[in-house]
Amino acid sequence: MDLKANIPEGPLAEKWNKYRGSMDLVAPNNKRRLDVIVVGTGLAGAAAAATLGELGYNVKAFTFHDSPRRAHSIAAQGGINAAKNYQNDGDSIHRLFYDTIKGGDYRSREANVHRLAECSTEIIDQAVAQGVPFAREYGGLLTNRSFGGVQVSRTFYARGQTGQQLLLGAYQSLSRQIGKGQVKMYNRHEMLDLVKIDGKARGIITRNLLTGEITRHAAHCVVLATGGYGNVFYLSTNAMGCNVSAGWRAVKKGALMANPCFTQIHPTCIPVSGEYQSKLTLMSESLRNDGRVWVPKTVEDAQAIRDGKKTGLDIPEQDRDYYLERRYPAFGNLVPRDVASRAAKIATDENKGIVKTGLGVFLDFAAAIERYGKGEAMSQNIDNPSKEKITELGEGVIRAKYGNLFQMYEKITGENPYKYPMKIYPAVHYTMGGIWVDYNLQTNVPGLFALGEANFSDHGANRLGASALMQGLADGYFVIPYTIGQFLSHEIRTPKISTDTPEFEAAEKATKERISGLFAIDGTESVESFHRRLGKIMWEYCGMSRSAEGLKKGRQLIQELRKEFATKLFIPGSADEFNPELEKAMRVEDFLDLGELMMVDALDRNESCGGHFREEYKSPEGEAMRNDEDYTYVSAWEWDDQGNPILHKEDLVFENVELKTRSYK
Amino acid sequence: MKLTLKVWRQKNANAKGHFESHAVEADEHMSFLEMLDVLNETLISQRKEPVVFDHDCREGICGSCGLVINGRPHGPQAGTTACQLHMRSYKDGDTITIEPFRATSFPVIKDLAVDRSSFDKIIQSGGYISVNTGQAPDGNAIAIEKEQASDAFDSAACIGCGACVAACPNGSAMLFTSAKVNHLGKIPQGEVEHKHRVKNMIKQMDKEGFGKCSNVGACEVECPKEISISNIANMNRYYLASVFGGQ
Repeated sequence: MDLKANIPEGPLAEKWNKYRGSMDLVAPNNKRRLDVIVVGTGLAGAAAAATLGELGYNVKAFTFHDSPRRAHSIAAQGGINAAKNYQNDGDSIHRLFYDTIKGGDYRSREANVHRLAECSTEIIDQAVAQGVPFAREYGGLLTNRSFGGVQVSRTFYARGQTGQQLLLGAYQSLSRQIGKGQVKMYNRHEMLDLVKIDGKARGIITRNLLTGEITRHAAHCVVLATGGYGNVFYLSTNAMGCNVSAGWRAVKKGALMANPCFTQIHPTCIPVSGEYQSKLTLMSESLRNDGRVWVPKTVEDAQAIRDGKKTGLDIPEQDRDYYLERRYPAFGNLVPRDVASRAAKIATDENKGIVKTGLGVFLDFAAAIERYGKGEAMSQNIDNPSKEKITELGEGVIRAKYGNLFQMYEKITGENPYKYPMKIYPAVHYTMGGIWVDYNLQTNVPGLFALGEANFSDHGANRLGASALMQGLADGYFVIPYTIGQFLSHEIRTPKISTDTPEFEAAEKATKERISGLFAIDGTESVESFHRRLGKIMWEYCGMSRSAEGLKKGRQLIQELRKEFATKLFIPGSADEFNPELEKAMRVEDFLDLGELMMVDALDRNESCGGHFREEYKSPEGEAMRNDEDYTYVSAWEWDDQGNPILHKEDLVFENVELKTRSYK
Repeated sequence: MKLTLKVWRQKNANAKGHFESHAVEADEHMSFLEMLDVLNETLISQRKEPVVFDHDCREGICGSCGLVINGRPHGPQAGTTACQLHMRSYKDGDTITIEPFRATSFPVIKDLAVDRSSFDKIIQSGGYISVNTGQAPDGNAIAIEKEQASDAFDSAACIGCGACVAACPNGSAMLFTSAKVNHLGKIPQGEVEHKHRVKNMIKQMDKEGFGKCSNVGACEVECPKEISISNIANMNRYYLASVFGGQ
């Protein structure tokens, strides 16, 4: 298979503009005759559906949620990057482009990333116009904060709920189009198959989650904006419903899964507390602006804390190891996520973890509280403030900046983070891998597009903080509305697609058979138990550190688990009613395939880069060692009828950036 | 800890519901929903149907979960969704009653899950700013006072869970509707369509069958995002102004 990235000609900084100005257009009278299906209505999907509706296309949008406002984009806390340079600190489109390429450890496409940086500024304008209440300075203008892996302040935010406010902005724009009848919204509908006619994506099969009804939906093209697959690890910061199924069904119909092993493990999450745990909660990366990460220098102190004989407060300054500041003086606590996570693992591997399970480190705000308290005392003209007064004032500043996060931490752990240092540990958060797309965000299946976290295109092997919101909205608002025309301009003579074709009939039949097949297993074990076991295998063998031997074993364990699934699964209830267990069963079945592919992909990549860390490829100091000679490519995997993975490669060409060892020291 | 749960079971919207009692063993660090997960795993192992409830993010922001716990939407803690409630709020031997949100405009789908699509319809009737993608001026073109932006945020923090409706003896959606009206009405970008928005959203709210507001104030008390009841007073003022043409 020849993978064409379809990157436009010309200098990097001019590609997108020139391309936009010369691409094929669809006239308004023809837009009215063209139907588009959008699956998923988070940031990328809602933005795309709303914008395509505004342009005049007939849009059908689908979500498995009861409302588009529930999509997991809503949980993004920290912010959204944009190269506005409002802070006059040296930011530019080129710098955002460069930071993203470097942050991704040189495993993403230059042209896509540059376009992302260009679109970033338009997103902020659009969101402000929609009424998104971003944080502002006293002068009334927008304010910024810093995020990991960069040395400028380019992150726009709305308290700790930036994702919520951006999603509501997109949801409201989508609602406007629904109200006008330009978008037809299907809530509580899950896509269960993709339908191809003459090689082109022409529709989907859905299940109405309330009634169980299986329905055919046809369109001139299909857009997938179905999010990431972090839940393959069972425990992640993803919402309970996040899944890979729409994407995986597309892969089963010929789309390619790119870089599936590139998983982001976020360094600051609340540690696991017990076996019953259903999900993990993120503490925003913005906390690393002020929080200092540390573990005790000695195993004895760590043990005393684990046994409850000491707390973090009992460890004097000289006995603490602020390991990020020590190892990475230039970036300190604000190193990128992959680097911070790995450093936490090294600390806990040395038996210096500070929670019962051993898997936790401190994130300490005491120094920031003191610093802010003194500053505040000075600005309030308080002479010789007492220690208590400084703490009180400092806590006030911290509360104003991160109040909702501190509150959330206390609700979950029952411990006051103003008094005791937070306890955190890395957890699965985001998947850089996804459906392979070209520059137009079109997959190798003509007429099938993938946006947002569902595609692989912009973050390489590691995503920088506050860049997921940016990418989802760039794809939805500013890229797909243009690039979809490259496909649809050739379809203006295509009449309405009928659902009355053998292809639709076969897909519907296969879906119904799949569902009845799952019920027919009629075993003894719940879906949940299989999902938990899969998650453990993934975390053990394809998590923060991977080895050839482990990956081979992991693959084998998944194959065995899949056989058990096929013989022991039990789903209560029936297919023609609201049945969340059935929904989960289908999702976990797809996760089993994907998990295996992730093992295969991680095994193929004999290097360490970004979130993919192979034990065999590290420097004497334990840093990741890339192999640019052999692995500067995108792994795009085909999954054939027999379930065999077949590798296709897209070589990455760097014309504007020199490949360097990524250093944050 | 050992708990007794009295859970509402209802096969579908048309079926008659009833309470079912179950014994559950919970850990103090579990979230309330994880405790229900434990119950469901036990039910499945006995080949019984698990209790259906809506949930997704489990971090208090998506607005999916909504249970009435011992008579209170989202349970006993102020400013907390059911998913963020932890079992350390309960003690060994407690009996906990769990019901769905009850309101005419939120019909029960199954067990504890209700249909809240009426909220979407209210937003579709005008809960937006009419700006097409690409039309926006620079983000800093209009300065907005910090306090004003912060006020708008307080209203925008609504998660659309519907606890306000469930808490209200009249089943009114005034807190939900007014939160959106105030969010958009408090910033210059939203002012242009303000009058139309207020009228249209209230009209739709009435059409969906929500009750009238009689200033009970339960909505504010039970709101997991602590949206202020002053939003309702403001909306009433805006509504009168838009109907009678005053300012």
